[in-house]
Amino acid sequence: MAVPNALVLRGSGLNCNNETEHALKLAGAETRQAHINDLIEGRTSLDSFHIAVIPGGFSYGDDLGAGKIMAAQISHSLKSDFQKFVKDGKLLIGICNGFQVLVKTGFLPGNCEATLTGNDSGHFEDRWIYIKPAADNIFTRGIKSMHVPVNHGEGKFVASEADLARLERNGQVSFRYCDRLLNDTRGYPENPNGAMRNIAAVTNIKGNVFGMMPHPEKYVIRNQHPRWSREQLPEEGQGLALYRNIVNHAKAMLA
Amino acid sequence: MPRIEIYPKGKDLRGESLKNALSEDLGISCKMVSVADVYTIEGVDENQAKAIAEELLTERLVQEHFIGNKGFKGCWIIEIAYRRGVQDPVELSAMEAIAGIGIDAGSVKTSQKVIVEGIGEPDAGRIGKFLSNEIIQDCTVGYETSATKTAPLSGHSVEPRVETIDLADADETELMRISREGLLSLNIEEMKTIRDYFREIKRNPTDGELETIAQTWSEHCKHKTFNSEVEYLEDGKRQLIRNLFKETIVAATESLNKDWLVSVFSDNAGIIRFTDNVNVAFKVETHNHPSALDPYGGAGTGIGGVIRDILAAGLGAKPIFNTDVFCFAPPNYKGKIPEKILHPKRIMKGVVNAVRDYGNRMGIPTVNGAIIFHDNYLGAPLVYCGTAGIIPDGMEKKRISEGELLVVIGGRTGRDGIHGATFSSAELDEDSPSSAVQIGNAIEEKKFMDAMLEARDKGLYTFVSDCGGGGFSSAIGEMAKDTGVRVFLDRVPLKHQAMVPWEIWVSESQERMVFSVPTGNVDEFIRICRKEGTEATIIGEFTGNKRLEVYYGTKRVIDLDMEFLHQGLPKRSRKAVWKTPMLKEPDFREEKDYTPALKSILSHPSIASKEWVIRQYDHEVQAATILKPLVGAFNDGPSDAAVIKPLFDSWRGIVVSNGINPRYSLIDPYWMAASAIDEALRNAVAAGGNPAHTAILDNFCWGGVSSEESMGRLTRAAKACREFAVMLELPYISGKDSLNNAFNIERKTITIPDTLLISAVSVTDDIRKTVSMDAKKAGNSIYIVGATYDELGGSYFYGLKNETGANVPRVRDSAPIVFEKMSSAISKGLVRSCHDCSEGGIAVAAAEMAFSGDLGMKLSLAAVPYEGDKKNYKLLFSESNTRFIAEVEKGREKEFESAMKPAPTARVGELSDDRLFSVKGLDGEIAISARISELKDSWQQTFRW
Repeated sequence: MAVPNALVLRGSGLNCNNETEHALKLAGAETRQAHINDLIEGRTSLDSFHIAVIPGGFSYGDDLGAGKIMAAQISHSLKSDFQKFVKDGKLLIGICNGFQVLVKTGFLPGNCEATLTGNDSGHFEDRWIYIKPAADNIFTRGIKSMHVPVNHGEGKFVASEADLARLERNGQVSFRYCDRLLNDTRGYPENPNGAMRNIAAVTNIKGNVFGMMPHPEKYVIRNQHPRWSREQLPEEGQGLALYRNIVNHAKAMLA
Repeated sequence: MPRIEIYPKGKDLRGESLKNALSEDLGISCKMVSVADVYTIEGVDENQAKAIAEELLTERLVQEHFIGNKGFKGCWIIEIAYRRGVQDPVELSAMEAIAGIGIDAGSVKTSQKVIVEGIGEPDAGRIGKFLSNEIIQDCTVGYETSATKTAPLSGHSVEPRVETIDLADADETELMRISREGLLSLNIEEMKTIRDYFREIKRNPTDGELETIAQTWSEHCKHKTFNSEVEYLEDGKRQLIRNLFKETIVAATESLNKDWLVSVFSDNAGIIRFTDNVNVAFKVETHNHPSALDPYGGAGTGIGGVIRDILAAGLGAKPIFNTDVFCFAPPNYKGKIPEKILHPKRIMKGVVNAVRDYGNRMGIPTVNGAIIFHDNYLGAPLVYCGTAGIIPDGMEKKRISEGELLVVIGGRTGRDGIHGATFSSAELDEDSPSSAVQIGNAIEEKKFMDAMLEARDKGLYTFVSDCGGGGFSSAIGEMAKDTGVRVFLDRVPLKHQAMVPWEIWVSESQERMVFSVPTGNVDEFIRICRKEGTEATIIGEFTGNKRLEVYYGTKRVIDLDMEFLHQGLPKRSRKAVWKTPMLKEPDFREEKDYTPALKSILSHPSIASKEWVIRQYDHEVQAATILKPLVGAFNDGPSDAAVIKPLFDSWRGIVVSNGINPRYSLIDPYWMAASAIDEALRNAVAAGGNPAHTAILDNFCWGGVSSEESMGRLTRAAKACREFAVMLELPYISGKDSLNNAFNIERKTITIPDTLLISAVSVTDDIRKTVSMDAKKAGNSIYIVGATYDELGGSYFYGLKNETGANVPRVRDSAPIVFEKMSSAISKGLVRSCHDCSEGGIAVAAAEMAFSGDLGMKLSLAAVPYEGDKKNYKLLFSESNTRFIAEVEKGREKEFESAMKPAPTARVGELSDDRLFSVKGLDGEIAISARISELKDSWQQTFRW
């Protein structure tokens, strides 16, 4: 079977590129990392990839707002390449800072206005949270829930009530924060940032652009779990399922 | 000049949290507080400003913008901006972003506008003072409109003059005047040596030469006190130590002669073997003085600096974790705070924010640390920053060849941070120079880190050095000491033009590295840097004449002989005295119930949960943190150490821990040092570290070394460092000292307790054997390993009674066997949880295990291996070293007991599912009884901020 090529974008301040590449590899993709300047200056072409991931980090230090400057860079210099990539039905993924970039370029949600803004707690937080699928799509397939970390200061998903309703109606809300027993959460800290309607991940309307605040690439082996030494856990971490869904879908498209 | 103001739309979180802080910290209750970000942009018109505001600065769903200076009826407006010459990272990013949308702006200035309703003018002034730091920021207060006037931003340029200083005819008074007024921190012997050298070569030094010598000979760079000859008198017994550092710290490492040591003491960090092809570099630094003046900038540059040490170890290691240890006065300090000193709570928040913002942005997890509180850190807080990195085997070697090019990469050079290295060697006072403070920019460092690691793997350079204390003068002077170098300062990229040559040469502007690059590689090297968005500039070449030659164009700024610069420092000789003090050991009547005492100790800020701090640090990035700083049933128990699995394809792990016990130095710095070493190893072993493959770092922060007594305390601690490192087979691989931590104010000196931080790095061959400290299962047995003695001197229990005592915890000859047995039992899988027993004694350690595991625990003191006067409080709260509390699975007790022989080991109780923590005293009566939720609440309430 053909093996899909996955690009992990690097750039001034992105910093989860290695673990994201590792997760994609474990899920069966051919991977490569490239700096955003390699794309802008034409040394690397987005066209040669089936999957592109903008990983977590602090592009440009989150100055002027998380993801803002890299979003401006993409909108200004790479817009048509990214648009073509998405139009071709390829998978464009943003995790954490990457999600922020995709929202601020307008690729997500794509059909209405939304943003990711400062956590209600007022500062950066690192904690493990639970999320559960809110739609049946290529990313959530087969996943019942995930226990994964969030590590961000600006992860609160915000949109107007009308747009939130529209996103839900369209099945664009992919994952929501929930409590330990996978019930709807009433708030902090299960919903770590105050996101409206507990939204942790969304897609575009076509379903091939995906962004999420939590970090599934940080839980691919059992020993990354915060309680691995006290709980019975499988050897594989729950986060890998998401990357496998991504790679499997790209494989199916190649077939 | 257009001014763009960005206001929150809807809920104003920053405003609300500031409103709470003003009420809590200043007692000012306001009707409304709102915060806006202001950007003043030079060289654009109104339309362009509108485009910038809309496309870049405003997030429409949550923000709105206003172009101009918006007024607010009935409100006071406080506006704060960085002073000219102080770096503002946001300005740099904003410039790049504006260029990115195709607009060419001349410059950007940012400020913060705070709008407050419902206060009078005096309170507005107080708020301004509270929010700004006059050392680095300007603050204006206006009614209904901002009083900040925007002046043109472009700097003027200055004539690149080189002055000479007349030393030839200077007498002693004149020499000392030159040293003092030039902030050179050189003593009379040193000044005379310099004068005589220049007399011999028949000319006077230039300003740049004198600055270079002062930087190179500073305590910061040369550790003059630690390298001095010491005539030591201990309780009347005389000993001559030819070089304090070499005969204690270095001697310990040399005598241990471990084959897994790769590089020790010779480079920016120590390096030890990790796997067959990968080694680990580790370094801990102090950054105390700048953090006292500006906690945020000071701590941020401290972290940035130690990360650069790792990047400059060998040909550069890739950072894998940070560890940070701080000492502050208590955040609830109620005494009078002298003017010019920041409140400890403000210092703590500033330092924590800096670690968060710098470490997180670098993508390096902060996984370990400690925060210790004592009143005497009021004027001189301690900020220890540590980083470790991995480096391919063989890359520890670095060597420059003649003809290679000198290249600087990273940030530009500015007037920020002039005289940092000489200043850090002096005591602080009201007139401490503001130019010594710098603001870091993590993203600049992240960019060149990515660039240099790529260039390293391509073999493009032969040497790297970081620009830290002393700037170029130290970095280049040191790297070229065996070859010689010719530098052209006019080629150095500057932040602003108003700098004379010597200022460029000694500026400590952050985020700069210098490289030696063979001419054939330089194009490729610069191409990589450009791709990563970091500036790279050739500023000179390495020669073979062993001279330091610095030019500005054709003008000669410096021409010094490397031999004199590096070997010319006169050797110091010091006298040191230690007299064992006559201290009294208190004796208390036995109490019936020690539950209240346990709760008080759990609430002490040094022991209480630091979850509020830890959660703000990213401790997961790189996805390698196997033992996290917070563990247990609810992910909130206090880990003894952190374990990192840095390679995707290997189960080997690195354990990092620390030991610090400044309270014991009030009794005896010898046992303080011994305890710190024991504690660092104890923490590592508890998590699964291998005591036979553990290296340590020493970081001395002393209250001063000017008197014979203070030198005596230093000597005594250094001697303990040798003795116990040898006993426990822990080689030192690197270290640091900062010996003048006192604040002079109102004719009083506040001196810190002499403090030694020992940081340990240990290797585990399989991270799957890692043990966490949280209790695991009801029915399992609880053991105490290691003997307890009547050692409450300096303890938290005595602290409750305002006593210090005399019986300071010791480290005994039996320690190595306890560590060895504990470690081997853990690696055999016989231990379900293990916790280091230290501050607060058995009571605190056992309670922490129980509530972290959400389980009850029943203990009996009668079974505890103990020597000394038998009282419940002594067994509960003694802080004897070399002890662990271990949980053993029910049914495996025999196996564990026989594995532990001959280390003192006793079963003292068991875990229960009733969530009740209770301890039976020596008489069989209950001495402590509480629900674990109450104990956890005591432990968490202190920092529920």
